[in-house]
Amino acid sequence: MKKFRVYVTYKPSVFDPQGDTITDAAKDLGYQSIQAIHVGKFFDIEVDDSKGTAAQTVEELAEKLLVNFNLEVYRYEQLGGD
Amino acid sequence: MRVAIIVFPGSNCDSDLHYVLENLCHVSAKYVPSTATNLDGFDAVLLPGGFSYGDYLRCGAIAALTPIMGAVRQFADSGKPVIGICNGFQILTEAHLLPGVLKKNDNLKFICRPVALQVENNGTPFTTKYVKDEKIHLPIAHSDGNFYADPATVDELEQNHQIVFRYVDQNPNGSVNNIAGICNRRGNVVGMMPHPERASEKIVGNNEGFKVFQSLLSLKH
Amino acid sequence: MIDQEMTPQEIKDQKPYLEWGLTEKEYDYICDHLIHRLPNYTETGLFAVMWSEHCSYKKSKPLLKLFPNKNERVLQGPGEGAGIVDIGDDQAVVFKAESHNHPSAVEPYEGAATGVGGILRDIFSMGARPIALLDSLHFGEINNAHTRYLINEVVAGIGGYGNCMGIPTVAGETTFDECYEGNPLVNAMSVGLMNKKDIQKGRASGEGNLIMYVGAKTGRDGIHGATFASTDFDSEHETQRSAVQVGDPFMEKLLMEACLELIQKHADWLVGIQDMGAAGLVSSSCEMASKANSGVKMNLDLVPQRESGMSAYEIMLSESQERMLLCVKKGNQADVRQLFEKYNLDVVVIGEVTSDHQYVLTHHDQIVTDIPVSSLTDDVLQEKCPERQPERLTHLKENSLPKIDDPAQTLIDLLQQPTIASKKVLTQTYDSQVRASTVAGPNATNDAGIIRVRGTQKGLAMTTDGNGRFGYLNPRIGGQIAVLEAAANVIAKGAQPLAITDCLNFGDPNDPEVYWELHQSIAGMAELCRELNTPVISGNVSLYNENNGQAIYPTPMVGMVGLISNVDHTVSSHITQDENLVYVVGQTADDFSGSELQKMLTGKIDGKVNEFDYHQTASALQKALTAVEDRLVTAAHDVSEGGLGVTLAEMIFDTSLGMDVEMNAQANRLFSETPGRIVLTVKPADQAAFEMVLGKDATMIGKTTATHELKVKTTDAEFKLNGTQLQHQWEDAIPCLMKSKD
Repeated sequence: MKKFRVYVTYKPSVFDPQGDTITDAAKDLGYQSIQAIHVGKFFDIEVDDSKGTAAQTVEELAEKLLVNFNLEVYRYEQLGGD
Repeated sequence: MRVAIIVFPGSNCDSDLHYVLENLCHVSAKYVPSTATNLDGFDAVLLPGGFSYGDYLRCGAIAALTPIMGAVRQFADSGKPVIGICNGFQILTEAHLLPGVLKKNDNLKFICRPVALQVENNGTPFTTKYVKDEKIHLPIAHSDGNFYADPATVDELEQNHQIVFRYVDQNPNGSVNNIAGICNRRGNVVGMMPHPERASEKIVGNNEGFKVFQSLLSLKH
Repeated sequence: MIDQEMTPQEIKDQKPYLEWGLTEKEYDYICDHLIHRLPNYTETGLFAVMWSEHCSYKKSKPLLKLFPNKNERVLQGPGEGAGIVDIGDDQAVVFKAESHNHPSAVEPYEGAATGVGGILRDIFSMGARPIALLDSLHFGEINNAHTRYLINEVVAGIGGYGNCMGIPTVAGETTFDECYEGNPLVNAMSVGLMNKKDIQKGRASGEGNLIMYVGAKTGRDGIHGATFASTDFDSEHETQRSAVQVGDPFMEKLLMEACLELIQKHADWLVGIQDMGAAGLVSSSCEMASKANSGVKMNLDLVPQRESGMSAYEIMLSESQERMLLCVKKGNQADVRQLFEKYNLDVVVIGEVTSDHQYVLTHHDQIVTDIPVSSLTDDVLQEKCPERQPERLTHLKENSLPKIDDPAQTLIDLLQQPTIASKKVLTQTYDSQVRASTVAGPNATNDAGIIRVRGTQKGLAMTTDGNGRFGYLNPRIGGQIAVLEAAANVIAKGAQPLAITDCLNFGDPNDPEVYWELHQSIAGMAELCRELNTPVISGNVSLYNENNGQAIYPTPMVGMVGLISNVDHTVSSHITQDENLVYVVGQTADDFSGSELQKMLTGKIDGKVNEFDYHQTASALQKALTAVEDRLVTAAHDVSEGGLGVTLAEMIFDTSLGMDVEMNAQANRLFSETPGRIVLTVKPADQAAFEMVLGKDATMIGKTTATHELKVKTTDAEFKLNGTQLQHQWEDAIPCLMKSKD
């Protein structure tokens, strides 16, 4: 079993109204040094790796299900496993 | 009586409350922007529904940090009546003026429809015109109305009669113990997901929410 | 980003404009007759977008002239953000519909959401507060995962934007047909209310007055949107670019409040205001100058930008959402800036009005555009395209009467057809009650929605109606029926039809058969608009709607608003009391071509659509309206898809009552779709007065009963159905299809 974390974020060219609004709120709280906040999400995935294809499975899943390529990109990292 | 309606960026039920108070209750209602810092001279404070700050981050989270909320806290601490409706309820929980949190509805969708409620506590400033256990119908319109608090807090709410409204017949959003509205320990701060201001005249469907405002008007000042 | 822009000579030689939609003939005409030189890269881009059908209506304009667009009530017809109709008491109603079909096919949530955002800006840019939203959605059959995804996302997008803005979605329609599978139709309509004194126009006049940009920053959104999105999708290494427009309803809410404050409280600071919609900054600015016969000069370095390194072409063509362009009187720019800054919005002077009729842009201290304003707007070559009656219409089958063995089962089956079945599972995700003025919302039946006008006794009834099937078999009659059905819907609510808006959803106009369909549909709609005195005051044209190389059914969508003189007198579409008499207004004939019954029984539509006497039908509907206004009617519901049987069933839903009716016809007539009919119920005490008003235009078919069942007798059959069970079947059909796994 392996553990992966998949990060899904907006492409930099896509408008991120939520990130902008949170940035403004941070500045209103007095954190003037905050330049920008971008919102994304991550998925922790546990995969059986007895066939050695876990990473490939994670990539497929990300591309078929987790990511909307019209708007988003992803990257992933291995967190650990047996 | 002078009533303050707090307007946060993105509030959208502020004008409905204003209409009910000014045109149906004939009391003075003033819009107070979230940038204001005092509520002197007001007898009651209303936090309207809507999508403050677009519901970005968490519903009510950014609004809870606005300057006016310090004044709302002082106002509440002085024992005067405060009610948050829908997004207003979410703001009051984010500001810790009420316990718990409003999670996403269990079907993960926005739901707009009438629901059946029971008035569990008719001792708050907003429910005295109802009979205890009275069954009423009010509209809901939210995607995050699923009230949650840890079991100890829920027990405390139950024991102290802090459940003000409870869903009956059917729970629309998955809230714990069918909770639709609660109050603080003292009873002067109320939060509710259903919209009484949208049910204050027969022409728009029903007027079973009007007693929320009539209760407030009957307070002595 | 375009790294190296082509020179004017390279543009002439390599013809990149062909890919942007400009023809060689148009390019040559621009060079030889309009600017008398070769246009540079930016200018060519501006011409390409402004001369597109979407902005110029060059192909559809010759046909749109067939529409009536004036009457005694119309204050503003087509040509501005939205049309305006006088409703008395110094108030006016403003409305418009717009399609967002292609963006929704690519990215359904954002496509639908930004469609709503755009139509709302059209309304508040006129000075009106939006009070209602409606939709008209047409999807493929619910038999595959992609269609279910489109339905879920489009509906979520409409709700996501409208709910956040605090504008109730009060009516609409959702239909399903195979022809929309790869090309869903997403049409949104908004209705606004205003004081007549606040009417604004998109004008930039007065030399030295300032052009101000307000709202969201400009990114590369929407530039060649569809192509970017699909190439991105295929690429192995994901590009970091996207042209999908993302909506921000929170920003739009602030923008709306700021604009309305400016218009209502400080009209003296303002010369004109216009939404930056399709073709963003270029179309808004040159149209504002064109309408005022002025010139305009803008410095693109001052435009608030979200991305770095944007070219002049990109800044001008961007379709970033939630932006408005203002023309402000010189001297008031600081006041306007202060007002918008209070709402935390970007507000910048980017240019000024000139008197030389030129459209001048500078970028990085270079003049990048210097052309006559009119060359972008008024000088567009109009093109009446060749047209030809579609081949298919010459092979239509002879009409035959459907044989119904078990009418009870047929009715149950029809009520579960997705186009007829309850849409509650979709519509209850729309906030239909915010603003606390909704008298009739979208959840019950598909009649019109009603908004009361606070401070008066009046109400506004509103509806959207589009049925592609009749248009497929006969575009002209399909156009007539679209308008008539909308009228029947608002009349059933006791409203006098005022005017219409439309979305004309068609295929590729370069196909002579499609152009013929467009021409015929418009002609049919225009006939009924004249008959009903409901001018076309706004609208849009959406062409190139194709699915696997096949055009969609010709689908004109009509959005109609009607005025209720006393909203307390409006009637329910559900029956309200037992022992009332049940009448049908209008004659029922053998109209099965293009019907829901035909589609259900044969799997396709075919045959000739019968001509109908629309003078007679309109006059009958007018009498029905009189009866409602005279309070002689206790419930009313129009007859459309599925015919009389479906209407009667829907009228007993959500009640504990029933109906007992007898028809002097065969059972198949229960499902005929003769247009322009309404079912009414009347108290026995009012029978004489009612029959005096309606005369022969209404036929009594039975009475309401205290038992919750529908009893029907025809010359060849008799059946009885339990109301509760029937309603469950009607309500469960769509949730069931949406849950299936194939």
